[in-house]
Amino acid sequence: MQLSTRNLLGIKDLTPDDISLILSTATQFKEVLQRPVKKVPSLRDVTIVNLFYENSTRTRFSFELAEKRLSADTINFAVSGSSAAKGETLLDTVTNILSMKVDMVVMRHSASGAPHFLAKHIPAAIINAGDGVNEHPTQGLLDAFSMKEKFGKLDGLRVAIIGDIMHSRVAMSNIYLLNKMGAKVTVCGPPTLIPKYISEAFGVEVNYNLKETLEWCDVANVLRIQLERQNQVLFSSLREYNLAYGLKRNLLDSLKKEITVMHPGPINRGVEIDSDVADSKQSIILQQVENGVAVRMAVLYLLAGRNSVNN
Amino acid sequence: MKTILTAQQLGITIKRLAHQVLETHINLENTVLIGLQPRGIFLSDKIVEEIKKEILADKIQYGKLDITFYRDDIRKELHNANQTDIPFSIENKKVVLIDDVLYTGRTIRAALDALLDFGRPEKVELCVLIDRSFSRQYPIQADYAGKSIDSIVSQKVKVEWAKNEVVLY
Repeated sequence: MQLSTRNLLGIKDLTPDDISLILSTATQFKEVLQRPVKKVPSLRDVTIVNLFYENSTRTRFSFELAEKRLSADTINFAVSGSSAAKGETLLDTVTNILSMKVDMVVMRHSASGAPHFLAKHIPAAIINAGDGVNEHPTQGLLDAFSMKEKFGKLDGLRVAIIGDIMHSRVAMSNIYLLNKMGAKVTVCGPPTLIPKYISEAFGVEVNYNLKETLEWCDVANVLRIQLERQNQVLFSSLREYNLAYGLKRNLLDSLKKEITVMHPGPINRGVEIDSDVADSKQSIILQQVENGVAVRMAVLYLLAGRNSVNN
Repeated sequence: MKTILTAQQLGITIKRLAHQVLETHINLENTVLIGLQPRGIFLSDKIVEEIKKEILADKIQYGKLDITFYRDDIRKELHNANQTDIPFSIENKKVVLIDDVLYTGRTIRAALDALLDFGRPEKVELCVLIDRSFSRQYPIQADYAGKSIDSIVSQKVKVEWAKNEVVLY
């Protein structure tokens, strides 16, 4: 069995079978990561470039570890200290790198659609590691993997996505994925941070009341307030946001059930989530990070095999 | 299509393989059994069942190994990964690898690589149900073989576990 696509640009392009294949392959890679030697030789003839036009800690380390644990050769590109700072275009940078015989490109870019543009022009397989406010597919996959690991299935699971939906590529990838796998999604946040027609466009519920949303859900995926993408005032202050939409201990304790808390990181402690929630046993934030490596190994492995079939 | 082993022969052969392994490894002291995913598991499960009739079940250390990520043909074809479960150390142990059909030897080559990532065994032996002789592509042979057959490349040997027989077609 193989993926229906040769790039991973977004969850939007994947079929439910693709998603199931990635998640089941990731389960096997998670076992590999528990071995004395946490490395397999699968991609030892593959070279991968990590192109990060935007800041990243978790995603970049996670991809790099995944690549190394598959025995791929890796090169890293950060925009500061590169020729992009001298005005080279994205396409020029990438075609120059590819002429040095690189097989796959992992790319993060602040412009939505940048990896889609690249995919039309270059033969190498492209993995989107986050493009602007569009998608962050491997985060969506690792969130789904973590939920499946915790609850055993995605079908029928009630997931609340809370916070800055407007500027979040994580929210987009999660919504696409959870819809495809039969989970129920409610988005929650201040009206200024939720796109107006999201309910009609994606079939998700919208609820502006945090307590009601938490009473309904099995999992709360809390998003970071993305101040760097907000060019106008969308709420009065971080403190006010925290009071209205921050996840707090006493709020969780007042619920009739124990819900699971997730966050894609980096956390703004005391804004969208309080420390005594983020560090509690209800939170699976660090498991998400751990699972990220296994999920990315699965994506790289399946795409590397897929592309050689075509060549 | 030709039947190589009938259900009755298959049962007897598996009993013999189990006893041969026990004969060499008395009480399985310092010996572990590892079945290869996916098809070797049917055989290794049955061998372990037979061994349980002879020695105490808690003396048996039995694991399952998937070699998908170690294959040398992932550029040609992707295989689905299966579960690996080796809940014990193989360091300085004698390992008996178990698979259903030994053909080119490439699976066993990959299995040896995979096995070494779990530690350094004292010795590795190979137990197979069917040994297709004259078709090896690597210098690998079985220590215990249920039946050796001569077959040509265009033929296929299949162990039909549902019907409990081995066929050549």
